[in-house]
Amino acid sequence: MTLSLFGLQLLNGIEQGLLLFLVASGLTLVFGVLGVLNFAHGSFYMLGAYLAYWIAARTGSLLAAVLIGVPAMALIGWIVERLAIAPLYRRDHLSQVLLTYGLVLLFNELQRFAFGNDVHGVDTPRLLAFRVPVGSAQEWPAYRVFTAAACICVAAAMRQVILKTRFGMRVRAGASNAEMVEALGIDVRKLFSALFSAGTALAALAGMLAAPLTTVYPGMGESVLVLSFVVVVIGGIGSIRGAFFGALLVGLSDTFGKVLLPGFASAIVYAVMAAVLLVRPRGLAG
Amino acid sequence: MSLSRRTFLGATAASFAAGRAFGASKAKLRIGLLLPYSGTYAALGNNITDAMKLAARERDGKLAGREIEWVAVDDESDPGKAPANVNKLIAGEKVDILTGPVHSGVAMAMMQIVRQEKTLTIVTNAGAQAVTGQLCAPNVFRTSFSNWQTSNPCAEVMLKDGRKNVVLMFWNYSFGQESMAAFKEGFAKGGGKIVKEIAVPFPQTEFQANLSEIASIKPDAVFVFFAGAGAAKFVKDYADAGLRDKVPLYGSGFLTEGVLGAQGAAAEGIKTTLHYADSLDNAANRKFRDAFKKATGREADVYAVAGYDTVHALAAALEKVQGDTGAQKELIAALEQVRLDSPRGPFRFSKAHNPIQNVYVRQVKGGKETVLGIAQKDAEDPAFGCAMVAAK
Repeated sequence: MTLSLFGLQLLNGIEQGLLLFLVASGLTLVFGVLGVLNFAHGSFYMLGAYLAYWIAARTGSLLAAVLIGVPAMALIGWIVERLAIAPLYRRDHLSQVLLTYGLVLLFNELQRFAFGNDVHGVDTPRLLAFRVPVGSAQEWPAYRVFTAAACICVAAAMRQVILKTRFGMRVRAGASNAEMVEALGIDVRKLFSALFSAGTALAALAGMLAAPLTTVYPGMGESVLVLSFVVVVIGGIGSIRGAFFGALLVGLSDTFGKVLLPGFASAIVYAVMAAVLLVRPRGLAG
Repeated sequence: MSLSRRTFLGATAASFAAGRAFGASKAKLRIGLLLPYSGTYAALGNNITDAMKLAARERDGKLAGREIEWVAVDDESDPGKAPANVNKLIAGEKVDILTGPVHSGVAMAMMQIVRQEKTLTIVTNAGAQAVTGQLCAPNVFRTSFSNWQTSNPCAEVMLKDGRKNVVLMFWNYSFGQESMAAFKEGFAKGGGKIVKEIAVPFPQTEFQANLSEIASIKPDAVFVFFAGAGAAKFVKDYADAGLRDKVPLYGSGFLTEGVLGAQGAAAEGIKTTLHYADSLDNAANRKFRDAFKKATGREADVYAVAGYDTVHALAAALEKVQGDTGAQKELIAALEQVRLDSPRGPFRFSKAHNPIQNVYVRQVKGGKETVLGIAQKDAEDPAFGCAMVAAK
């Protein structure tokens, strides 16, 4: 492998990891703070992608889709939390898995009903429909540069919110001891609603950004969900920082696995997960 | 006009009598449909079914005078449930003729049973080589294609275009593997060279790493097998990586079939080979597409054609045996003689009971699949391992 090809594969892996981070960060927060195993997280990603397709087809603008779609999904997340998730806080994980898996089936049927089973393409925004030369012979789509940059911005913003704001402080406190936070007079219910809704919006945003790259198709949420769980486990449950590095690790090992060990590619992510757990049983940041 | 009561009664009685006599000798023809009506392949199952019913209506709802009773089972494209579903149709519903499925895994399970039960079976989509190869059987016909037919002719097309050094990329499951094997066989014969083979685990759709690799290899062209959502994504990624204008893309027809809309401008210029194209310019195809559109409101496709031809082939053969499905030997002989003027062009069965059909070169131009010509005339699957071919 030449140096320029190696550099490009590095970029490919990082970009894939960053997009994965957007999905996994919401999953890890909801699991870490609310204590809820949310299988429907992948469905929010899928719904985001379908919304991007639907709105972009009507307005001709992906930006409009993000501006309308993300708040809409945050609202949907809030409603789902109030109606379905809230009654489960005091129940065990099995009940949560059953209910959120039920939500997956429900959202899949809704998608089938509203959009059908066809595969849809979403156009890359015209401003970004060019390619950036990498090294001498290679090119990289500008839209991938943009998504990577957007993901880094979101990650930086999340870091600021969690470390520097009162809301972030409560989230951190909630992650380590929810009962104590409640005893201190903070309305945990509102905190949980806001957090779940933010997680939903993040997953939907990831789906929207990914839509021009991946196309939009039924069942796209499930494959992302599995990888996101791997990221959450590698990173350590409830840790945004862990999710960030976990996602990069998954993206890179998947990319290089494909190039260097093609016959073994689909297993390599899980091999990496097993290796991390052997060394650090509670994940990178656990 | 008013009917007198007497003539009315007389006519009714006569028709009743006729009906009974008819019913005694001509029971309804029970046709089993083992197709996916849910899941990823639901659209394919529905198109095959609707095209079969359309063909039946063109024959006034009767085959050789027998009315048709459709018995449909959703196979969910699940090979694990296939044995139970096949048994339900054969033993439970006692169908005279079994048709389907879409998924090759389901077809393999079906083959195991129908070879034992000797039910007359017509495969309406699944392209697995074994159906008319190693597992071929006198009572099994196929009206769709073999994987070999969709990709072997492309080798000649690429060599003619002067593409000698080629990278192969495909989903690593039986359909992809069989397509690639058929392509390599033809390509090596013509003096082409495979520079690299990239097998992508099915159904992964993250291709970026492999595309970077292709760009660094700089082959004359790339030949791929992907279908459905994966094909839509691959073609877009290929264009996004800047490869479309540098390294021409070829594939089996399923690369663009049904996903051209999702691929948009990224698909422009791609050449594929398949036994059908929506834009195929012949009278039978125009008539078929109009009728299908009128009946369903949807556009017909390659899957619908197989369903349509299944019923017309059956009708032609059943007429020769006066609709007697019990005379299976004669019915099979009659099917072997069937010649159809199909929407896809001339159609007949090979000794292994796979279609002998033209395979066309198609190219995407202006967002539409256009037919450039015939890649292989009367393409016949080599039917490796089929005992029926060796015997005759």
